[in-house]
Amino acid sequence: MSFFATLSEKPWLATDTAQPQPAMNAISLLNNQKRIALKFFLAVVTVIFSLFIITFLERSQFPDFQALAGQPWQPLSDPWRLWLNTGVLVAASVAMQLALYYARTGRKRAVLAATGVALTLTVQFIVAQLWVWSLLNDLGYYLASNPANSYFYLFTAVHGAHLIGGLLVLAWVFIRVSRKSLSDTQQSWARVSGNLSLCANYWHYLLGIWLVLFALLTSSAETYQLLAALCGF
Amino acid sequence: MTHTAIAEQIDESHHPSSFITRYIWSQDHKVIAVQYAITAIFVGLVALVLSGLMRLQLGFPDSFDFIDPASYLQFVTMHGMIMVIYLLTALLLGGFGNYLIPLMIGARDMVFPYLNMLSFWMYLLSVLVLMSSFFISGGPTGAGWTLYPPQAILAGTPGYNGGIILMLVSLAIFIVAFTMGGLNYVTTILQARTHGMTLMRMPLSIWGIFVATILGLLAFPALLVSAIMMLLDKLAGTSFFMPAIVSLGESLDYNGGSPVLFQHLFWFFGHPEVYIVALPAFGMVSDVLSVHARKNIFGYRMMVWAIVAIGGLSFIVWAHHMYVSGMNPVFGFFFATTTLIIAIPTAIKVYNWVLTLWRGNIRLTTPMLFAIGFIFTFTHGGLTGLFLGNVVIDLPLSDTYFVVAHFHMVMGVSPIMVLFAAIYHWFPLVSGKMLHTGLGKTHFWITFLGTYAIYLPMHYLGFLGVPRRYYSMAGTDFIPESAQTLNAGITVSAIIVGVAQLLFIINVIISLRSDKKAAHNPWEASSLEWQTPQIPPVHGNWGAKLPVVHRWAYDYCVPGAVDDFTPQNVPVDAAHLSEGEAEGDRS
Ligand code: HEM
Ligand SMILES: [Cu+2]
Repeated sequence: MSFFATLSEKPWLATDTAQPQPAMNAISLLNNQKRIALKFFLAVVTVIFSLFIITFLERSQFPDFQALAGQPWQPLSDPWRLWLNTGVLVAASVAMQLALYYARTGRKRAVLAATGVALTLTVQFIVAQLWVWSLLNDLGYYLASNPANSYFYLFTAVHGAHLIGGLLVLAWVFIRVSRKSLSDTQQSWARVSGNLSLCANYWHYLLGIWLVLFALLTSSAETYQLLAALCGF
Repeated sequence: MTHTAIAEQIDESHHPSSFITRYIWSQDHKVIAVQYAITAIFVGLVALVLSGLMRLQLGFPDSFDFIDPASYLQFVTMHGMIMVIYLLTALLLGGFGNYLIPLMIGARDMVFPYLNMLSFWMYLLSVLVLMSSFFISGGPTGAGWTLYPPQAILAGTPGYNGGIILMLVSLAIFIVAFTMGGLNYVTTILQARTHGMTLMRMPLSIWGIFVATILGLLAFPALLVSAIMMLLDKLAGTSFFMPAIVSLGESLDYNGGSPVLFQHLFWFFGHPEVYIVALPAFGMVSDVLSVHARKNIFGYRMMVWAIVAIGGLSFIVWAHHMYVSGMNPVFGFFFATTTLIIAIPTAIKVYNWVLTLWRGNIRLTTPMLFAIGFIFTFTHGGLTGLFLGNVVIDLPLSDTYFVVAHFHMVMGVSPIMVLFAAIYHWFPLVSGKMLHTGLGKTHFWITFLGTYAIYLPMHYLGFLGVPRRYYSMAGTDFIPESAQTLNAGITVSAIIVGVAQLLFIINVIISLRSDKKAAHNPWEASSLEWQTPQIPPVHGNWGAKLPVVHRWAYDYCVPGAVDDFTPQNVPVDAAHLSEGEAEGDRS
């Protein structure tokens, strides 16, 4: 593996380094750097959610934990609302991918439209999650009345917070695109599509996390028991 | 990961013109580093004063009215948390990381300067939030720096209302700040190295900072997660960590939560945190030792491997902080074993430092004294760590002064030693002025000897069973009178050491105000940061052309070479030219 190859280099041997070649295209360099930063950031996000999930599995094995799904009378046993929301988020991801595709071909209007759709759908998703919150609340599933409820609100809130962060960045990209003139060069579109591809990746990743959370939150007590046993709790 | 460096960064950063953009809203990594450092040193002084107050109470109980049991606990907590997070982490990574990374790898700046600036301002905000807890009613939290629930958020603990909330919020902000900075550090190291600067040619300082930053990115989330969940327990009445509990005769609404779960999360962060602090210190001390011993660092590759190995292992030892919380004996065995295994790469590093000194042409400058002092204090603290890593030894010693002595030696004093070594070493680069040697050496000897006067006796107090975090031991039968005498002695030493730090501050002020300029490369170091066209380096660091690197950072006293040191950017042939030509070349 190249990592081990690096670690076994012999640095004490001096070599003449060739004079620098003309530097790599500045924009693709910047895009590269941003991509690496995003990878590390997604690693951080993954750790955050993994830790939450592990605490969830442990907590789920305490006697006072009442799962939200599994039995017909439990609120998430037929989670059609959450399916609906999931659909919205999937659509947002698709719109992001489209925006990226248009940016690569330099079509300003189409990029704006697709980005706008993605923004709207994502806001819609967040609003719809709040709607689920209020429904649960009306049914008497308060934040503090059971750890399962606490985790439901917690997971959706943390996931939503990540989306809001993404929305801020995407809104900034949207403004940048809207300021572009139609005659802009390939170069400047390379920059936009670089940024959009980061956003798209982030959206897909958060969609993936949502799917995991969705599956977890709508599982039955038996499933939790199994998962917890696998983790050794 | 290994693909070679890319030379030119885009120089789109507008050069700062006004005072405000140059020194306040600056995006220059060097200014941000200094901002980080000044803030960190300032809160560090607050923490130092707090430790002095605690020592006064311990050495001379009942002589000071303004220290009551509650405020003692608040001092302990704030002292510990500030020292570990807001001083050491911030100064080592935010300060030295920011300053050294671009200069040592030959970059013009961090790759995301704006994010870098934001990182500092978030850090400052977290400090202000933390400090504000001194001024609210109820005061700062007194839960201990470990913040264990349930007591952290229940009546009976000082600052259980506002204090703990501000602490948790401040930590969350700090983590955001750290993440912004950390993404910058790793990306810069991976992507902005100049031509010829392969990963294995980076100075060990950069390796330490690099691995520590990755540890931080992966470990701080655990603290964030536990802070969020504890805030919910406190503010919204959830029961993540809170069991059913009766407090002051009243049964609370909490039910079924697990305090031990918090401990796992906390130490999953807490142990790597030790190495977040230690690894940059390891790296920087290696560079200081090598420069001032005029010898290449012994076993460079092994040093890199050890840094990487320690970083990896540090994630699977956390429960050695929880032996007394109770756990499956198999886990106890597992964590004791991993803890002892981590001693191997650590010991390798110590041997290599000593072997670097062996037959070196040692220059006993101030930074060198501090670096050698570090080898002593670190070995000392590391050895007591081996004791405590074993379950049977830890059980009786846990929560006694033996532990206090251990962690102060290994992660309190040792990183401080390195920080001073680093400050004395790189001060001429940062400011263009030399620190005064006589004052510096006095500062070293008082600090070094004082440290031993403070912490050696604490080991004995620990054996006697004196518990930590206690306001007073008056009227306790099993603790002899003589322990009190010892405590008074410790306090006197602590006050002396505390006051001696003024020497350092005076030294800095005098040097900054004097007109005497430092030489261009006063320690004759070969690493890249000293090879900038101007000292101190200006915005953009390298002038028109980035340096090209032909060798590692440790070419000291190479047989056949022109000088006793060969800078990294000197081509192979030029290093072996005849005396006169080479001199002309380099002036
Ligand atoms: C002259 C320097 C220092 C003195 C005199 C000092 C003194 C003390 C004292 C008296 C305590 C409380 C012991 C107790 O009652 O349990 C303490 C706790 C602590 N100190 Fe220091 N300290 C110094 C420097 C440092 C440094 C540089 C660090 C950085 C890691 C540090 C980290 C801690 C921590 C983590 C605690 C534990 C806090 C807690 O129990 O919650 N100290 N120190
Ligand atoms: Cu540990």
